[in-house]
Amino acid sequence: MKQPDSLNEMSREERSPLAHLENEDLMPLPAPLDSPAKDHNWTALSEQTRERYECGLDDTCAVSVPKPKNRQEEDELVAKFLSGLDKLFTQENNWTFLQPLVLTMEHCAQCQTCSEACHIFEASGGNELYRPTYRSEILRRLYFKYVQGGGLLSAWQHGDIRLNWPLVARLIELSYRCNLCRRCAQTCPIGADNGLVAHELRKLFSQEMGIAAKELHDNGTMLQLKAGSSTGMNAEAVKDNIDFIDEDISEKTGIAVKTPWDVEGADVLLIHNAGEILAWPENPGAFALILDAAGISWTLSSELAAYDSVNYGLWYDDAQFARVAVKHAEAARKLKVKKIVLGECGHAHKALAVIADRVLTGELAIPRESSMTLLRDIVMSGRLTLNPSRNDFPVTLHDPCNLVRLMGVVEPQREIVRAICPRFREMEPHGVDNFCCGGGSGFAIMSGHNFQDWRFHVSGRKKLEQILNAFSDCLEPETPKYICAPCSNCKGQFRDMLAYYRLWDKHRILYGGLVELIVNAMTDVKPGFIEWEWH
Amino acid sequence: MAIVLSFAIYGAALVFILGCAMRAWKYARMPVHLRWELYPVPHEEPELVGHGGSSFETLNWWNKPARFHLWGEVRFMVPEMVFLKGLWEFNRRLWLCSFPFHFGLYLLAAAAALLLVTPERWSWAYEATAVAGSALAIGGAAGLLIRRLATRELRIYTRPGDIFNLAFFIVTLCLLLAAWASQPSGTPGLRTILGSLLTFDSAVQVPPLLAAGLGLAALLAAYIPFTHMSHFIAKYFTYHSVRWDDSSVFRDPDLPRKIAQYLSYRPAWSAPHIGANGTKTWADVAAANPAREGKR
Repeated sequence: MKQPDSLNEMSREERSPLAHLENEDLMPLPAPLDSPAKDHNWTALSEQTRERYECGLDDTCAVSVPKPKNRQEEDELVAKFLSGLDKLFTQENNWTFLQPLVLTMEHCAQCQTCSEACHIFEASGGNELYRPTYRSEILRRLYFKYVQGGGLLSAWQHGDIRLNWPLVARLIELSYRCNLCRRCAQTCPIGADNGLVAHELRKLFSQEMGIAAKELHDNGTMLQLKAGSSTGMNAEAVKDNIDFIDEDISEKTGIAVKTPWDVEGADVLLIHNAGEILAWPENPGAFALILDAAGISWTLSSELAAYDSVNYGLWYDDAQFARVAVKHAEAARKLKVKKIVLGECGHAHKALAVIADRVLTGELAIPRESSMTLLRDIVMSGRLTLNPSRNDFPVTLHDPCNLVRLMGVVEPQREIVRAICPRFREMEPHGVDNFCCGGGSGFAIMSGHNFQDWRFHVSGRKKLEQILNAFSDCLEPETPKYICAPCSNCKGQFRDMLAYYRLWDKHRILYGGLVELIVNAMTDVKPGFIEWEWH
Repeated sequence: MAIVLSFAIYGAALVFILGCAMRAWKYARMPVHLRWELYPVPHEEPELVGHGGSSFETLNWWNKPARFHLWGEVRFMVPEMVFLKGLWEFNRRLWLCSFPFHFGLYLLAAAAALLLVTPERWSWAYEATAVAGSALAIGGAAGLLIRRLATRELRIYTRPGDIFNLAFFIVTLCLLLAAWASQPSGTPGLRTILGSLLTFDSAVQVPPLLAAGLGLAALLAAYIPFTHMSHFIAKYFTYHSVRWDDSSVFRDPDLPRKIAQYLSYRPAWSAPHIGANGTKTWADVAAANPAREGKR
């Protein structure tokens, strides 16, 4: 394993990667993936990519920052970085996270307790580059040197670091090697937050230098604010797609479904992750069927951005985050709904229900609720007739970090699964101690160059281990198995990772949402709503 | 000599208190940040805390009155502060050094309190507490220092100041312990000497070892608030103002006023899509749509 021996390696002018992983270096997986030799080989970055972009960190390249043409350009970028660093620590520019950031900068004791909680560090076989404190300590040293004034005494007390363009370029990439799951913060004895450090670095790069992962900015928030959805669907397209889904679900279930649009005064404005509409249409279809059957007064909105709950700004840019959140709230205000209910999307929950709480005030303070809570009420109140024997297959539940550790919605989905899935088994650990799927913070939609290799081998590895352990008693292909993942982003990661390791082909491990399990158990519905086919 | 030590003790105490207060004030006056809590939040309803749940698990949660369960926080905080429960759970090897170190310091603080509030005949209690505290703190600090120097994962991140800080504790406490152990029989006890110093009795004879130990202890106390060792202050904020701060605009009538003030700040971020031009406020920035204004 190649790994850095010191923090100063980040400033190395020579651009060869600081870290390199072989399959043998990684955390071992249980059967049937217990042979590193049989694991996929990593796709190497092409020479052209390495020549064109800053790829001096490790085996992959997430952001694709073009190499500066000359020293002058490098110096200008470093100056911009310094300007952004300064702004990161002023309340006018960063009131949103100043207090937790300064506390983390000034009080980490370097005890490394957080390292053992980090799934990326563990999966990498303990590679120093991926230790949660590695990137934090670099920012900390820059903070004391350039924001606090530095000097010899400061260097003695807080450590020194050499600032140059190679360091900034590597730091850009390194800020995209963290899922922002904040499991590390949960274990810190002092309360320092290394996940926040990655978040704040991404923010600095985006808000000051205009540098962000293309999938999050250009094809993410900007597309959502332009077309209405990060999928690129405008209002007409999304309505057409929902019409098609209604028809399909009606035919498949035998129950007529018609999704309501822009109903003024409805009790509930439901906002889906629009990715569901394209990739997993059975999910919005199942929602429609359940809400209708339960007699809920609900609607979708065709306002700009209001039919797509995603808010990628959460992961890299406060301004973009606020803009999308405001669009969601404005649509609800316009329709005069009583509350917004968030569909099966973890980060949308966290963004709109929790973080935007202190952005949306006055007439934009429309109550927001998790669909898990509403669904639990519907299921447990007996408003649907359910037959659990229709779900008589092994089911495990994935906990999206944004929903559990970061929002405290833990039990509603469990109560439902326990009630309707007789062969439910937990992953260990679970609930607020869960592990990220490996696709968090935008990774599930990032696949440039060979980034997928990294997210399957490293960031998703711990979750893969949990899944295999949860189904270790029934891995034979004759038994179909279901990972219930009530989050679109997590489902994207599972879809790609299960396919990568051929776990559907060889072991019949499928993934899906929660509402699909509910509809599958509804006695009014034609049997077999869950189709045991790869999708 | 005695009078210098008397002033040093009071001066250090003053610097310590002022330094801690300044640090606490610095964090306390920072803006309320966006919500960033981590569950479980122990002041939530007891039936939710067990599994890490929040009020979001309740249907129409905003219609229910917010209840703050102080006992839940106390039940979490006391074992955390006294026994470093989190470290016990997540980093047992470090706890073996860190707990004796911190508990030793607590005993030393208790000894200082005993010195002030107990009568002369209770000297044995004061001395026993101080000696036990010193021994534990020295052992713990030595363990932490050895770990820091011997373990690769810690060494990479160790700064000269970290070694100095631990060595500072060890040397200071060793001097004080040695002064206690070497006091000749028949001479005034430590309690008497310290009592004299606190009352500016210039006639008291302070043995050189004790004078050196007390001088260093005064310097150490004055130094702590200006280092990351003041994490006992930070920890209040990282827990109460960050990890457990789940107050909402739906339940805290003071929040909208504060947020309105923050939204009037004028950001200066330079990326074109932000659209900050020196006159726009955060509220203007949040209401803008760069994708429809042809920016970036």
